[in-house]
Amino acid sequence: AAIAMMNADLRRERAAATFQTELLTHILDGGAERTRRRKEIEALVLNDPDFQHEDLNFLSRSERYEQALRKSSLMVMKLREYGIADPEEIYWFKSFVHRGRPEPLDLHLGMFLPTLLTQATPEQQDRFFMPAWNLDIIGTYAQTEMGHGTHLRGLETTATYDPATQEFILNSPTVTSIKWWPGGLGKTSNHAIVLAQLYTQGQCKGLHAFIVPIRQLGTHKPLPGITVGDIGPKFGFDEIDNGYLKMDNYRIPRENMLMKYAQVEPDGTYVKPVSDKLTYGTMVFIRSLIVGDSARSLSRACTIAIRYSAVRHQSELKPGEPEPQILDYQTQQYKLFPLLATAYAFHFVGAYIKNTYQRISRDISDGDLSELPELHALTAGLKAFTSWTANAGIEECRMACGGHGYSRCSGIPDIYVTFTPSCTYEGENTVMMLQTARFLVKSYTQVTSGQQVTGMVSYLNDLSRQRIQPQHVAARTVTVRINDPASLVEAYKARAAHLVEAAAKNLQAELNHRKSKEEAWNRTSVDLVRASEAHCHYVVVKLFTAKLSEVSNAAVRAVLTELCLLYALYGISKNTGDFLQVGILTDAQVTQVNQSVKELLAIIRPNVVALVDSFDFHDVHLGSVLGRYDGNVYENMFEWAKKSPLNKTEIHQSFHKHLKPMQSKL
Amino acid sequence: SVNPDLASERQTASFSVEKLTVWLDGGVENTRTRRAVVEAIESDPEFSRENEYFESQNERYEAAVRKAVHLQKKMHEMGWTENGLEYKYIYRALAGDIAFLLHRIFMRSISMLGSDKQIAKWIPLASRCQLIGSYAQTELGHGTYLQGLETTAVFDITTQEFILNTPKISAMKWWPGDMGRSATHTVAFAQLYVQGKCYGVHPFIVQIRSLQDHSLCPGITAGDIGPKMSFEHADNGFLLLQSVRVPRENMLSKFCEVQPDGTYVRWGSQKINYFTMTSVRISLLSDEVVVPTMKACTIAIRYSVVRRQSELKPGEQEAKILDYQTQQEKLLPQLAAAYAFYFINGYLQELFDNGYKEIQKKNFDMLPELHAFSSGFKAVVTQQCTSAVEICLRACGGHGYSLLSGLPSLYTKILASCIYEGENTILLLQTARFLIKCFMAASAGQPVPPSVTYLAAVKPRRCPAKEKLDFLSPDIYTEAYQHMAARLVSSTAAKLQDLIQSGVKKHDAWNQCTVQMAQAAKAHCHYIAVKNFAETVEKLQTQAGIQKIMKHLCDLFALHGIFSNAGAFLHDGYLSGAQMDMVTASYLDLLPIIRKDAVPLVDAFDFTDKSLNSALGSYDGHVYQRLYEWAQKSPTNKQMSPAYEKYLKPLLHNKLSKL
Repeated sequence: AAIAMMNADLRRERAAATFQTELLTHILDGGAERTRRRKEIEALVLNDPDFQHEDLNFLSRSERYEQALRKSSLMVMKLREYGIADPEEIYWFKSFVHRGRPEPLDLHLGMFLPTLLTQATPEQQDRFFMPAWNLDIIGTYAQTEMGHGTHLRGLETTATYDPATQEFILNSPTVTSIKWWPGGLGKTSNHAIVLAQLYTQGQCKGLHAFIVPIRQLGTHKPLPGITVGDIGPKFGFDEIDNGYLKMDNYRIPRENMLMKYAQVEPDGTYVKPVSDKLTYGTMVFIRSLIVGDSARSLSRACTIAIRYSAVRHQSELKPGEPEPQILDYQTQQYKLFPLLATAYAFHFVGAYIKNTYQRISRDISDGDLSELPELHALTAGLKAFTSWTANAGIEECRMACGGHGYSRCSGIPDIYVTFTPSCTYEGENTVMMLQTARFLVKSYTQVTSGQQVTGMVSYLNDLSRQRIQPQHVAARTVTVRINDPASLVEAYKARAAHLVEAAAKNLQAELNHRKSKEEAWNRTSVDLVRASEAHCHYVVVKLFTAKLSEVSNAAVRAVLTELCLLYALYGISKNTGDFLQVGILTDAQVTQVNQSVKELLAIIRPNVVALVDSFDFHDVHLGSVLGRYDGNVYENMFEWAKKSPLNKTEIHQSFHKHLKPMQSKL
Repeated sequence: SVNPDLASERQTASFSVEKLTVWLDGGVENTRTRRAVVEAIESDPEFSRENEYFESQNERYEAAVRKAVHLQKKMHEMGWTENGLEYKYIYRALAGDIAFLLHRIFMRSISMLGSDKQIAKWIPLASRCQLIGSYAQTELGHGTYLQGLETTAVFDITTQEFILNTPKISAMKWWPGDMGRSATHTVAFAQLYVQGKCYGVHPFIVQIRSLQDHSLCPGITAGDIGPKMSFEHADNGFLLLQSVRVPRENMLSKFCEVQPDGTYVRWGSQKINYFTMTSVRISLLSDEVVVPTMKACTIAIRYSVVRRQSELKPGEQEAKILDYQTQQEKLLPQLAAAYAFYFINGYLQELFDNGYKEIQKKNFDMLPELHAFSSGFKAVVTQQCTSAVEICLRACGGHGYSLLSGLPSLYTKILASCIYEGENTILLLQTARFLIKCFMAASAGQPVPPSVTYLAAVKPRRCPAKEKLDFLSPDIYTEAYQHMAARLVSSTAAKLQDLIQSGVKKHDAWNQCTVQMAQAAKAHCHYIAVKNFAETVEKLQTQAGIQKIMKHLCDLFALHGIFSNAGAFLHDGYLSGAQMDMVTASYLDLLPIIRKDAVPLVDAFDFTDKSLNSALGSYDGHVYQRLYEWAQKSPTNKQMSPAYEKYLKPLLHNKLSKL
């Protein structure tokens, strides 16, 4: 009965909130109706005994895989049984079933099926799609090789066309060309979409996609010519059998090349695809998912750390008084509240990209690709910016929970190891930043040559206006009012403009000294990454600020405005050099910014528990003893620990095997 | 044969790797001994780590106990003793998974806090492993704040015993290593009550398991606290005490004692109770923090010259990723930091040895400075090294995420060091408290320890540098760090005083300044680290080749710090905007210079392949072959997964089509 009660500290925190948590939840979900539907789907999963299981922390890697696979198969059946077909609803269902973790059919559902839809001919769809839909075929997507990731042109796997038999001969010519990492490849899949360099009529035609059977239907044994297996233990992703694939003169029929765009005719004639910009669309889509995932993962970590900080008491603030909640320490607030503000900021950025993508998708299907390059550049940078920040933020949250954060029972180690690879996959972050930089430099060059640019980079137009009255950058003053979000957007804009200009000028200077463009680019890349970061930072502040005016409820708007200010001011205080160096802010203003950050911490303090409650993570989904909604942390830690595998017997076998013999000898 | 991409890096070294190794070890005799110890341990199959990444928590624990027991035998066989030169290299050679580390802390705390009689009784038993010790301080509800511990020890005058109790769930001892399954005894910290009066936290030796059959003693509930982010091999434990009685003689009583009639006597400073922690903080830096950072740098840098990706020059072979400026900017500052903190560790060790000599003479004057230094540097070094290892991990892209890279286990282990032995923020605030006190004293013309005399000389100044090369002068950048640290300490002190004078209560004022204080403490440590690095380089004059590259690293360490913390140097105009551009230019210019020697610089750390236990970091650079072969040994590839028969087969055999 005691356990059913809510911890008194948390109860008090919730009672003191100045706004209604549900209203904010509705905003995050995109409307009250969406919240209702999300909870309905959540209940479907959580009340389903088929999806119950032991705490994953106590399972071995192979047991985790087994559990995940069991749940994945059920998930596919039940999704169809319930008729859930909307992509977002499928996403919810899946993340409740797997509690935010990856699962073995991810690549089948997320890459294999969609690739068939977009790149297969109608004839190929007839052959593969329904079997794959019914899971007779389970596929994965094999792109990355052991020696090659980011640089696609460097992939070494070959597919050589043999007109005599009308087959492609697939080979992994070197160790570095072995396909490495694809999820579901190690144990689960019987087919793979393999990316390989196409050779026909003695010429290399670049990368193309092929449908490759890898395991015998029925026995699930690898087919002759195929070497396939699991790549071994990883930091996280225990649920997934990331695999390797080596092919030796492995033949597939000509009809297994995905030929909706490029084609190889029976005699070996190669027919070129129409446009390659279309592949941008998929990348934009996946990277926009990572932005949303950054927001969610950071939100989960914040929920745990903030609830726990309200429950945990330590040391003295006032002599003679009881130990205070650690949430009352300025240093703890300084660690956590800016991250909370960041989580909110990233939610709104994620929603923005999703909406923009949906809007542009319609244009794309009408053949209008004009907005795609900017969106592509923006999502590349934002993917990197948000995943780096969230990655570091999750670790901060864990650290803020002290020793208990390090225990698996806190749930944060798992959030971290699951999230951190997103800094690498779907485009390594530094490379992503440099892609954005390329777009920024291009836009800057357009401006300096007298053209106007549009969209998120339009602030660069101001640079050319200032060039008419020649003056040093430092003289470009913005009158910054530090308690006005709109004015802070201007400050961020000025910083981005300055850093883009500085990087572009350094690049030009290098070009003047050296011959090669690539070398000059490389020698400027640290500057270029900084410029991209500043640009993305500006975009985030801008989007967060823009969101405020859409909020109709005054109490919610007030608290979001405080978070927005905190986000913007904290960002300045962490990067004061950029703002001071070119005189965007004065010394006195920076001191004021630092002071305002601390004042905001105190202002936001009464609402923080309500602010994480608004994320509305169910305890099962959160998977944390420290972050429990009811706050009964310590008794549940004890209960949890008793289930540890080391506690299965009262005396561990090591005593009889090792300790006892040693003691008797000495 | 060595991968040609790695071999070519070694041919162009600007200095002798062997000479640098010897210098780092502190002489050729040390290098020889270290290598002999490493060889003896690595050639013994009992200590093999080859399957470590494939093992479960239970298997890891068992292996750790087995190794610890085997180590006793090995030491005996080899004639290694705890006082010998070999001893300090054993842990490095074992490179992880070994049980009974807390046993060492148990012994150390008895040696430091016990009376001569207690030492004579317990130490021989412990060194013969007739008992296994642990150290139980942290509780479920209390870590950093020792005064808040809730375990009680009440003196019972009639039986001359202490009665220990865990009065509530949050008072349970939680986290102590070796306690979950192994330990028979522990030093438990508890609030001492004599005749109804509380005397604060004291250490007691408590037996928790039978020496006969290892079952739990009466009144004791103990077990493992469950899986953690790392330390799978360690049985961190919980301990619940219910009216557990220990004899009066079991309270460690070098500095205080409860006499038979219940009189409480104290001699010496109470602070001495914390001395064990100070010593542990310093001693953990080398093995637990600096060495893993060096390993991570070795792995990431070697891999970065083997890994080729994209084109730098059109039409040429793909470039080594270490040739990219962004990759250099990630890794080389971490390499410089590894060296900087290796030197700081030596500096702290010396400071500690001197302090310890004084304390043994019951002179406690150095204690505050020692405490402030050990706290501040523990925080700064653990935090920066943790972040360094994580940067190395992420700089290895996808393959860094495989356990076989060795990096995830280095990371998850090192990051625990930010919390154990004092949570970093709290430690920084302790250092800040010391700095502010010294600043006040210095301003009032009172004497302060030499390390902080610079605080007296805060005045508005400008950096004299005129061109970017000026920033390669240690005087210029050391001065900049000094100025920045002094400014942050003095402005924090001023702010604190302002608040108090304006009527804010002292403790509230303190809390309102803590963010600033933590920054000031970091700045102080950063300054000392830069200064110490520069002085270390200066002393190297006789070894010209090494001095030159060390000077570059020192410059990089210093300039990276300014570059990434520009605001703090620009703030009061000490550096101008133009000077900051010079810093950036100098800093970026250093990257390609150090890049040339990057591989020799990590080779000089002299880690064997077995000790790195990494597919990416091996000396011969056969990364991909090793990764492929090792992965095939994964248990997941040896057996058909039960998941196939149970779930996959029914799935593939068309249960779904019926839907």
